[in-house]
Parts: sequence; structure tokens; C-alpha cells
Amino acid sequence: MLLKRKFILKTKEILIERLLFFCSLLSVVTTLGIILVLLFETLDFFKEVPVWQFLTDTQWTPLFVNKHFGILPLLCGTFLTTLIAISVAIPVGLASAVYLSEYASLKIRNIVKPLMEILAAVPTVVYGYFALLFVTPLLRKIIPDLSGFNSLSSGIVMGIMIIPLISSLSEDAMRAVPMGLREGAYAVGSNRLQVALRIVLPAALSGIIAASILAISRAIGETMIVAIAAGQQPRLTLNPLVPIQTITAYIVQISLGDTPHGTLEYRTIFACGMSLFIMTFILNIFSFKLKRRFQEIYE
Amino acid sequence: MDPTFKIHGLSAFYGAKEVLKGININILPNSVTAIIGPSGCGKSTFIRSLNRINDLILNFHTAGKVFYHNQDIYAKDVDVFDLRRRIGMVFQKPNPFPKSIYDNIAYGLRIHDFTTREMIDEIVQKSLKKAALWDEVKDSLKQNALTLSGGQQQRLCIARTLAIEPEVILFDEPCSALDPISTAKIEELIHQLKQNYTIIIVTHNMQQAARVSDYAGFFLLGELIEFDKTEVIFKAPKDKRTEDYITGRFG
Amino acid sequence: MNNPALSKINSSFVRKSGVNRRLDSGFRILGIASTAFGLVVLLVLIIDIFLDGADRIKWDFFVSFPSRKPELAGILSAWVGTVWIMVLTALIALPLGIGAGIYLEEYARKNYLTNFIEINIANLAGVPSVIYGLLGLGLFVRYFNLDRSVLAGGLTLALLILPVIILSTREALRAIPSSIREASYALGATKWQTVQHQLFPAALGNIMTGVILAMSRAAGETAPLITIGALTYIAFLPQSPVAFSGGFPFIHFSLQGLFDPFTVLPIQIFNWVSRPQKGFFADAAAGIIVLLGLTLIMNAIAILLRHHYQKKVRW
Repeated sequence: MLLKRKFILKTKEILIERLLFFCSLLSVVTTLGIILVLLFETLDFFKEVPVWQFLTDTQWTPLFVNKHFGILPLLCGTFLTTLIAISVAIPVGLASAVYLSEYASLKIRNIVKPLMEILAAVPTVVYGYFALLFVTPLLRKIIPDLSGFNSLSSGIVMGIMIIPLISSLSEDAMRAVPMGLREGAYAVGSNRLQVALRIVLPAALSGIIAASILAISRAIGETMIVAIAAGQQPRLTLNPLVPIQTITAYIVQISLGDTPHGTLEYRTIFACGMSLFIMTFILNIFSFKLKRRFQEIYE
Repeated sequence: MDPTFKIHGLSAFYGAKEVLKGININILPNSVTAIIGPSGCGKSTFIRSLNRINDLILNFHTAGKVFYHNQDIYAKDVDVFDLRRRIGMVFQKPNPFPKSIYDNIAYGLRIHDFTTREMIDEIVQKSLKKAALWDEVKDSLKQNALTLSGGQQQRLCIARTLAIEPEVILFDEPCSALDPISTAKIEELIHQLKQNYTIIIVTHNMQQAARVSDYAGFFLLGELIEFDKTEVIFKAPKDKRTEDYITGRFG
Repeated sequence: MNNPALSKINSSFVRKSGVNRRLDSGFRILGIASTAFGLVVLLVLIIDIFLDGADRIKWDFFVSFPSRKPELAGILSAWVGTVWIMVLTALIALPLGIGAGIYLEEYARKNYLTNFIEINIANLAGVPSVIYGLLGLGLFVRYFNLDRSVLAGGLTLALLILPVIILSTREALRAIPSSIREASYALGATKWQTVQHQLFPAALGNIMTGVILAMSRAAGETAPLITIGALTYIAFLPQSPVAFSGGFPFIHFSLQGLFDPFTVLPIQIFNWVSRPQKGFFADAAAGIIVLLGLTLIMNAIAILLRHHYQKKVRW
């Protein structure tokens, strides 16, 4: 009787472990799924459009009669909005992280951090609305040349959206720096800024870089803000005042139309998705490794 | 001789918890004062109140007065950063910065606006010599300080403190993480530093207190039980509790 | 000791107005400004949207389908779709995500495979959501022939939030001190008994916090659902899972709705923002008020929950 009970118990343990293992394996299956789906359609795409043309042609006009499939204009749009976004988010996010970690009292930190989280939780379609109907009209008062759709206001709003990401992850990294180091620096008469910039920042640097890379990856993949406010005109320009198109916005544009399954136009979004995936994948892995190295030093 | 510190009724609190209760001590210049007592008696809090490093701890506050050369260091217009430069501190656990040996010492100079290379070079060398570390590291100044042994790290921290020429050096159990040989070196160092500096050392090691100090104060549960010349404390304590502690009869 | 430069700074420690001091207090202001910047923008955003859309928030707005006339348009199909998608996403992602989190934190040995899974999850958490849309399009819509259905949408979003749930489950479990595990094992409990009776209940509060945040993210996602082809203009509802009718047994259950097309709030908003007619902007703003309200409430619950559990449990 007892033996049987033991047997059942043991079998149950093993079954549950198998089941849970299957759950965690699902994440690998998801990655595999992403890669296979993208690869499958992308290979078909490259049967019709040579890779070199995709990478070097300076025009992207898959919907025109005169078709060109050069990803450079889309890449350029993505690069431009990302650049604007991180030039807003990194300085502001870092300054805020230094303030929260080295200057602010516990009370202020406890109030501000959840509020910052809300900033990150606002749906991106809301930011898109804000960029198109508030920021662009506002900027137009200062820059009359600004088009109704442009990379400037979408980039700025995107930057605001990722401030909490940089701020919160960098603050975590800075707070992981041992208190002893701060005490040592204060004991020789440093003020807070000196402790922050000369001791804490360098010690937390790999964690901060990891956070910044993650933010860049996030900006590259951001979709709705640029789909709403940046325009639908793929072009090779670094002018932030004119309409452009990013890789993500192009995918949305095609998905909204009724491009039939199996056509070349349909496959373009997978080729675009593949490029996007590769870029963010490299950045994500790089960020993860850096973060892990940082944690190994301090935890 | 004018005392370096005149401490009047110093109490300290973590939140509502009182950990120091009305401490009164005068600290004389160019002497070594040892603070002894069982763990949790408030001796660390006491020494950390003297350069206001405990300001970093949330909810920490003090009452009473700490006069440093007749200036109350808890007064409103005091610049704590400058105060800490003049009252150096060496901590329980060696805490070199994750930088080169050279930069560890140069750090304090740079933040106090020493910019000329020659001057920094000179002071780095001088400080390392005073901390009896020069011979061991003179060929590896660019090496990361974290590669040094614990005892070397602690002497580096002392050199770092010496470089900015404080008047007082506070030692908060500086040898508790070190082996006996390193401990002996640090004690020897403290003995030499006495010529030029006022030293206060917290220690849980009574032999150490007897070896290095001129004056000793015995703390118990946040109170100063007895303060006197070291030989008096160790040979003829006036208070029963001091005697019990010295003779190892309690905790 | 007699360094001239040092004797200069040795003179007094009463507050001086040196460059360093000014930089220090200057930075405090910069830090406060930077921290406040995002929050001020958030406030401006909320005010702006209320000014634009508050007039449209009326009963009719919630019970009307979208329309060609801005003043008649409503969010009925959108909010019903959002409810469908969220329930479905939760049903799929919660057991899988929490199960995976428990496995990785409590069962997995440190080896190549689990290390690989860990990196993989970290990467998945950073994959742009539009890529999940492409995955859903290729896998669920095309390969499994689910078409642009509620089910395809729910599956896609479930995969999207899975990494977030796994990560917060792991974090919640990690916060439990090992003494609890040891105590349980010392009583002869098996691994699963320990998880079931000790660890899971102890971690539940923090897991729920993560789950609610993940769900709030799912509620606001637009791109992946557009990519799988969710329609932007829908004037009907998925078939209700519960129907009351005259015939016996008066109440009918059906999962047919899973295979119906759908739209969700963010897509409806996107659709209205993209219209050239200005009148729809007010509808978009009103839709945003609803969506933002939903997101903020979920976040507030998550924050309160976390606060509650942090206070209650002290190891």
C-alpha cells in the first residue's frame, strides 16, 4: 500500500517536472518559429530579388510599377528615428538615474519610480497620437518647415517613451555598486556629483551600456509611433523634418492593405522582419552578456 | 593642549532607535584613542558620526554637539565634503576603488583640484611610502587595486587617506578582515602616524587597543562607560563593567 | 604636510562656493529636471487627450459600432474584441509562463541547455512586437489556417507576453529565501510539494504583479495584431461564448467566437488617427481615454499589489 503510494507520488513528480520542462522549452520553440517563418518567406523573396540588390539599391518602391527593393531607405529611416530617440533618452534617462540613485531620498524614489513605470506602460499608439497631433504642431511653431509627418517628433516621443527603461535599468546598475566604494569616496571629501561621476558611473558602466543597448534595440523595433507620425515615404535622408518610413512602419503599411498571400509584396514584409530581427537580436544578446558580466562582478 | 574634538552629549538614532546616548569625550591631538566594547555597543556609529559619513544612511540623525576645533560639525553651514577631507577614514573592509593603484590615490587629489601631473606623482609616491606599501607596488602602479591582497588593499586605503593630508584619521575596525601579519603591519603604521595625525580607532580586539592606543573609551549599549588613559583602563578600571569586559568575563 | 595648495583648502570647512560645489548643486537641479521631464510630458499628454476627446465619452460611444460619420462612431466592437483577446491571452500565457518560470528557477540544473534557454528568453523579451505579428501571420494565420481570428490574435499575444511572465515568475521565486525550501525539504516534502505548498503561495503576489503588467502591455499592443491582419473596421461582434435563448436549456455555450474576426481598442484608435477627416481625431482621443484608463488602472493595481506584498512579507 505504502509502496504504491510512493510510486504514484514519484510518477507525479516526474510527470510534473516533464510538463514544466515542456513549458520552458516553448520559449525555444517560439524563437525557432520566428526564425523559420522569417527564413521561409525571406528565402522565397531572395529567389526573386537578389540579396545584393536588397542591400545596396537606394530605392524602396515595391508598390510602384517600377519596383525597387533596396532596404537602405527604410534602414535609414529606422536609423534616423532611433538616433533622435536615444539622443533624448540617454542623457535624460542617465541624469535621472544618477539623481534617483545618488541624490534622491528614499521617499522621493518610492514615489517617482512607479510613476516612471507608468510612462513606460502607456500604449505606443497613444504616443503616436501625441507625436502626430501635439508634438508636431508644437514644433511647427518653432520650425515652420517641419512636415506634418516627420522623424523629429516621432523620434522625440519615442525617446520620452524609453527614458524609464534607461533610467530604471541604469539606476539598478548604480545601486548594485557596493556602498563601501561610495563611503571610501565620501571619506576623502568627494561631493555627490564626484562620487556619481567618478566612482559609481565607471563601476556601473557595463550595466549602463547594457541598458542603453536595450533601449536602442527597443527604438529600432518601435512600430506604432513611427507608423502614425513619421510618414510612409521611404527615402535616403538624414533630414529630420521630412516624412520618412522605417522598417517597422512599412510592415504595418503592407499589413493594412490587402496584399495577397504569396506575392512578392507580401514577402517583402518578411524580408524586412528578418533584417529587423537580426539587428535587434545582435543588440539584445550583446546587452544580455554585458549585463550578466556586470552582475557577476557585483552580485 | 586644545582638544581636536570636544564631544558634548552626542546621541545618535537610526529612525527611532537610539544607539548612542549622550556621549562626552575630548580627543587630544597627536594621540591614538581606542574605542572598545562588545558588538552592537555603538562604537562604529560613534566613529562614523565624527566625519558625518553616517549621513549617507537613511533615517540616521544625531543630537548633541561635536566640536572639531571649536566648530560644531553638525551646524547648518558646515560643508560636510570639506569636513570629510580633513577627517579621513579607513573602513572595516578594505574598499579600494576599482581603478589602478595610482588612480586610487590620485582620486582624492583630483577631486580637490590638483591637476599637475608632477605634483600628483609626488604625492602618490609619498603617500604609498608613508603607508609602507611603496616597495611592494612601485613597479605596478598601473595595476588594478583589486588584484592586491587584503592587507595591501587596506594599506592602499590608508595611503589614499594620507594623500589628501587630513588632520584626523578614523579607523573603523581596520584589521577585522585581515590576517595577523597584515594586522601587525597596520598597527605598526598607526604607531608611526601618531606623530603627525590624531587617530581614533574602533576595535573589538582588546590586545590591539592596548598595543596601539594612548587613550581608551569603553562603550556599552550606546553609553560611554569609562574613558581614560589606556593603561588605566586596562590595569585599573574604575567601573566594574569595564573590568568585566577587559577580563573577558562577559560577551 | 606643508603643501601650499593643501594649506589653502585646509583653512576652513565652513561652506564655500567653489566650482565643485556649484556643479554638485547644479546637477541636483538637472537630475530633478530630467526626472520630472518624462512625468511632465505624461501629464501634458493626458491633459491634451482629455481636451481632445472628453466630449465624445458618452454612453453611445461604448455601445456603437464604428461609423463613417465621426459623431456616430463608437468602440463597441473594439472593447469587446479587447476583452476577448485579453481573456484568451491570459488563459494561454499564464499557465505556460508560470510553469516555465517555476521550472527554470526551481528545477533546472545549471547546464548548457538551461543557459541557452535563459539567453533565449532574455532575447525574446527584446524582440520587437511587430516580429511576433509576423510569426503569428506565418504560423497561426497561414500554417494553422486560423485566419484573422480571435484565436490567432490571442495566441500571438500570448507568445509575446510569455517572456515577461517567465521573468517575473523567476524573480518572485528568487526573492524567497532558501531557508523556506530547506525547511520544507527537511520535513520530507518532494520538490513539487514544496513548490505547490510553500513557494508558489509565497511568490503569488509578486507573480500577479508581473502578470498584470504583462496583461496591460497586451491590452495596448497594436502592431502584432495589425500584422496578423486584424481588421480595422468591424461592425459586428465575435459570437458570444454564452447565449441565452428561448429554447431548452435556455443557456448555450459556444466557442465559435474564437474563430471570428475581431478588432481591438488600440487598432480602432490607430484607424481613427490615420483618417484624414479631423472629426475622427476626437474619436481617437476618446478611445485613448478608455485605453489609457484601462492601462493606468492595471498599473495602479500592480503597484499597489507589489507595495502590499513588500510590506506584508519581510524575510
